[in-house]
Amino acid sequence: MSRKEVFLKKCRKQWKKNWLLYLMSLPVMAYYICFSYIPMAGVQLAFKEFRIKDGIWGSPWVGFEHFERFFSSYNFKQLLANTLTISIYTLILGIVMPVIFALMLNYVRKERMKKTIQMLTYLPYFISTVVMVGMLEIFLGDRGMVNSVLGKLGAEPIGFLTTPSMFADVYAWSGTWQGLGFSSVMFVSALAGVDYELHEAAIVDGASKWRRIWHIDLVAIRSLIMLVLILNLGSVINVGYEKVLLMQNPLNMAASDVISTYVYRLGVLQQDYGYSTAVGLFNSLISVALILASNTIAKKTCNYSLW
Amino acid sequence: MRNRKFNSDTVFNIVHKLFMGLILILFAWPIWFIIISSVSDPYAITNGEVWLIPKGFQLEGFRKIFENKELFVAYRNSIVYTVGGTAINIVLTVCAAFTLSRMDFWPRKFLTVMYIFTMYFGGGMIPYYLQIRDLGLMNSPWVMVIPNAINIFNVLILRSCFMYGIPKELEEAASLDGAGAPQLLMKIYLPLSKATLAVLVLYYAVGHWNDYVSALLFLTDREILPLQSILREILVMSDYMSRGSMNAAAVAEMMRTGGIIKYGVIIISTIPVMIMYPFVQKYFVKGVMVGAVKG
Repeated sequence: MSRKEVFLKKCRKQWKKNWLLYLMSLPVMAYYICFSYIPMAGVQLAFKEFRIKDGIWGSPWVGFEHFERFFSSYNFKQLLANTLTISIYTLILGIVMPVIFALMLNYVRKERMKKTIQMLTYLPYFISTVVMVGMLEIFLGDRGMVNSVLGKLGAEPIGFLTTPSMFADVYAWSGTWQGLGFSSVMFVSALAGVDYELHEAAIVDGASKWRRIWHIDLVAIRSLIMLVLILNLGSVINVGYEKVLLMQNPLNMAASDVISTYVYRLGVLQQDYGYSTAVGLFNSLISVALILASNTIAKKTCNYSLW
Repeated sequence: MRNRKFNSDTVFNIVHKLFMGLILILFAWPIWFIIISSVSDPYAITNGEVWLIPKGFQLEGFRKIFENKELFVAYRNSIVYTVGGTAINIVLTVCAAFTLSRMDFWPRKFLTVMYIFTMYFGGGMIPYYLQIRDLGLMNSPWVMVIPNAINIFNVLILRSCFMYGIPKELEEAASLDGAGAPQLLMKIYLPLSKATLAVLVLYYAVGHWNDYVSALLFLTDREILPLQSILREILVMSDYMSRGSMNAAAVAEMMRTGGIIKYGVIIISTIPVMIMYPFVQKYFVKGVMVGAVKG
């Protein structure tokens, strides 16, 4: 048999055995081509002046004009600063609070109490962004719960949702509230896996609970904390527009305008497609670089890799 | 020495109790407050008189909600989008995960890279938006289920469940009995991954139910808007719209209606998700952990 025949025979065998797999891959591939790869080819708009009648492929090239306009625009620095402030704040709080919570939960002795608290803290994770922001209005809005109590006490109302300097606080703390149960799951189960003999030995040596937390529990989850931190650093440039858009109002715009909401406003609302694609591309390029960097660091320090 | 140890543990126990108490209050009270406010007099709420029990009991809020035709239509739309969308999600996710888990499938490596690459780089919002428009999905109900038909994270969760959660002996035995890929999938892989599938159904369904962005970007026809879009108008936009040019009486009336129904709509919009949760709760932690394991 010639090599060609052997190869054809192998092909036939592969098809006979795996035809279903080929069939199953078709819709998935079609999905990724339609909704990921064709839009990916659309990033050429970042270097083009979009004309409706010419479409994406026919529009004329303009080089780096859109990027120059973005870098020299008056709000470039502010957008970048807002984006980084909000995301770093959220990132740090989103690790510190779940770790503290997990450490504390670990010392709840009654198993049922532990389960109940854990279940209760999961609940907000399932609340929609719209309801979450609606609840912020209810509790912290100008006519909200907190301000009505302050008013009764004769204090000045606090504009939690309208003061630019408080935007990042409200965004990060409400996000942490929503994600606390979910983000602590990993830490809780890592702590549950700590060998209790270590604790017994420490108790015999007269160590207090503080010392046991510091020398046993924290040491046990140290590398996990590092790993989560490093991996999350990879997405530090990405602040989703879902929640920011809902929390935005004309009064807090100075602090609440981030890159993704800017892209939405200029692209979708004002239909400045070329320019907004360029801003989006700038964002994705930084994002890719950060993810690659954080993965490299994670691989070096924690021996972990996404690939 | 013994005494000092006793003291510092006492301090710890107090701090610990306070912390747990604070957590309980922070998580239980807001939810409780929404529930009692839905049946309380809006004026009592605005005056800060509602704390632990309903005040000025009324059911007018819920009556207004059930009479509201727009809310009813939106609720129905959201149910359709969630059920249909989740069904599509699960079928496609199983397709992707199963094909990527078969070692003797030739294009496995290529397809893995092709799918995972989209996690790291994409065209961004605008080319995506234009593609949806070119596909003619603008203002079509399909836009709520087709463009987010697969989530790559969920594919990876299911794939690692297929690869590491199925006993190899079982598969070998089935192969010896002459079972092909279809039988393997239906008789072994799917039945043995029920826990993971349950979690994926929860993730996908909650995602569809809570999705307001797709509607914000692509839908304008009010007849097909999902519940979250209507919620947004009731909960978030009212405050800033009412500062416009409407006369005082109209603003007051709108605020009163908005005030009386907003707690109720939060409850009826969140109930379906909360009902689902206990059913999959036992699989939940496991599912999260599987997701954390290297894919």
